[in-house]
Amino acid sequence: MKTIFWVVLTLIGVAAQAGARPELQIIGDAIVVPLTERTASAEMGERIFVSRESGHCVLCHQVAGLDAPFQGDIGPQLSDVGDRLSPAQLRLRIVDSSILNAQTIMPPYYRRQNLHRVASQYEGETVLTALQIEHLVAYLSQRRSDTP
Amino acid sequence: MRLLNLAAVWLGSLAIVAPVYAGTMSSSHEQPISGYHFLTPQTRALQDDAFANPGYLWVAAGAEDYEKKQGTGSCMSCHGENGLVGVATRFPRFDEKAQTLLNLEGRINVCRTEHQKLPALAYESQELLALSSFVAEQSRGMRTQVSVTGGAQPWFRAGEDYFFQRRGQLNLACQQCHDQSWGKMLRGDRLSQGQPNAFPAYRLEWQTLGSLHRRLQNCETGVRAEPQALGSQAYLGLELYLVWRAQGLALESPGVRR
Ligand code: HEC
Ligand code: HEC
Repeated sequence: MKTIFWVVLTLIGVAAQAGARPELQIIGDAIVVPLTERTASAEMGERIFVSRESGHCVLCHQVAGLDAPFQGDIGPQLSDVGDRLSPAQLRLRIVDSSILNAQTIMPPYYRRQNLHRVASQYEGETVLTALQIEHLVAYLSQRRSDTP
Repeated sequence: MRLLNLAAVWLGSLAIVAPVYAGTMSSSHEQPISGYHFLTPQTRALQDDAFANPGYLWVAAGAEDYEKKQGTGSCMSCHGENGLVGVATRFPRFDEKAQTLLNLEGRINVCRTEHQKLPALAYESQELLALSSFVAEQSRGMRTQVSVTGGAQPWFRAGEDYFFQRRGQLNLACQQCHDQSWGKMLRGDRLSQGQPNAFPAYRLEWQTLGSLHRRLQNCETGVRAEPQALGSQAYLGLELYLVWRAQGLALESPGVRR
């Protein structure tokens, strides 16, 4: 039997960005409802994935064919991650992977609490905005083995 | 100095060559490996050549300061010409008289204030960097050995906790990068074990020589954590833990790092 449980993710508190939802609902290992109603773009997601100033996911992950030298290998390769994870599963992993694996190295990109000694300029902020995370979800869900 | 800086920029821009150790993960203090092994052959060669290694400019300046009469007398008037050989291997160290943990920088400042009757030098000042790299160089090639018992024990425990504590907006602990992931690539950087044995070291990125505590601040800023102050109790404890963890590694100061 498949157990479905709802958790109000109080970790996240009241999201500050316009259009962001105040609370997230986790079902199993996924967040089904997008973090914002604004339209996400895979193209923007690719830029966030690479850019040092925003997501900079290439610190730890590789995506084949991406125009970014020196991609890290601390996390798994994400070239065909869309085959193994749904958008809702991707969303949860980017929001806060530690919900699934308490020991994870992957940073929580949408969490502002239970952090220790955050530098003052980032205090109370999430690493990425709700919209940036939706862009990443759009980008990664298109990474499939059957797309060039 | 100008030319050296240019050379540094050029070397720093070279791709990192895969070291032999990639992928062999183990608890690093059981088998400490110097950051040296994670450098390009060019950067290693720069460290090994005392004429090309920019860190030796600070060692030379420190040697001058060591002999110069300052306050009540020169360092050499107490310690002799080679009196400090091997000393750096035993720091940080609990000082019974001061009832505190002193690293090399702290010990040098105690000599200044107590014996030379001079004001303490600011952490990361050129003068303190020169003296500390001079003293550290006297132990180059010797193995680190520190005591973590007695008065040092609470400092050691605090340093160990620090190493395992996640911090910053990116929520990462020293341990996650330098124990769990060494040998892997963090973008263009091959992660080393985060060993302290090269410091004070010349960093190509800094284009100058700096202390271990400055390097620690860089790692903390990298995870978007509020760094501790240079010379702070938090970093002294962490330094003791790191040196204990590096037990048996040879001192390399002045090291060269990217
Ligand atoms: C410091 C390293 C690091 C960074 C930076 C990082 N990740 Fe990860 N990521 C990991 C690790 C390690 C895992 C493996 C799962 C685990 O440890 O819980 C992972 C897992 C994932 C997964 C699940 C993959 C799968 O096959 O299950 C996704 C999706 C993901 N990361 C996306 C991202 C995105 C998007 C970013 C940037 C916004 C990012 N990661 C930044 C380390 C990182
Ligand atoms: C996100 C990953 C990350 C975290 C977390 C991190 N570091 Fe580092 N650290 C690096 C990188 C990258 C370098 C430069 C390449 C190398 O030597 O690994 C480095 C270098 C170092 C060095 C210099 C090693 C040498 O031989 O030059 C020391 C010492 C060090 N780290 C200690 C620490 C300590 C202590 C902490 C926790 C307060 C810490 N690091 C946290 C990534 C990290």
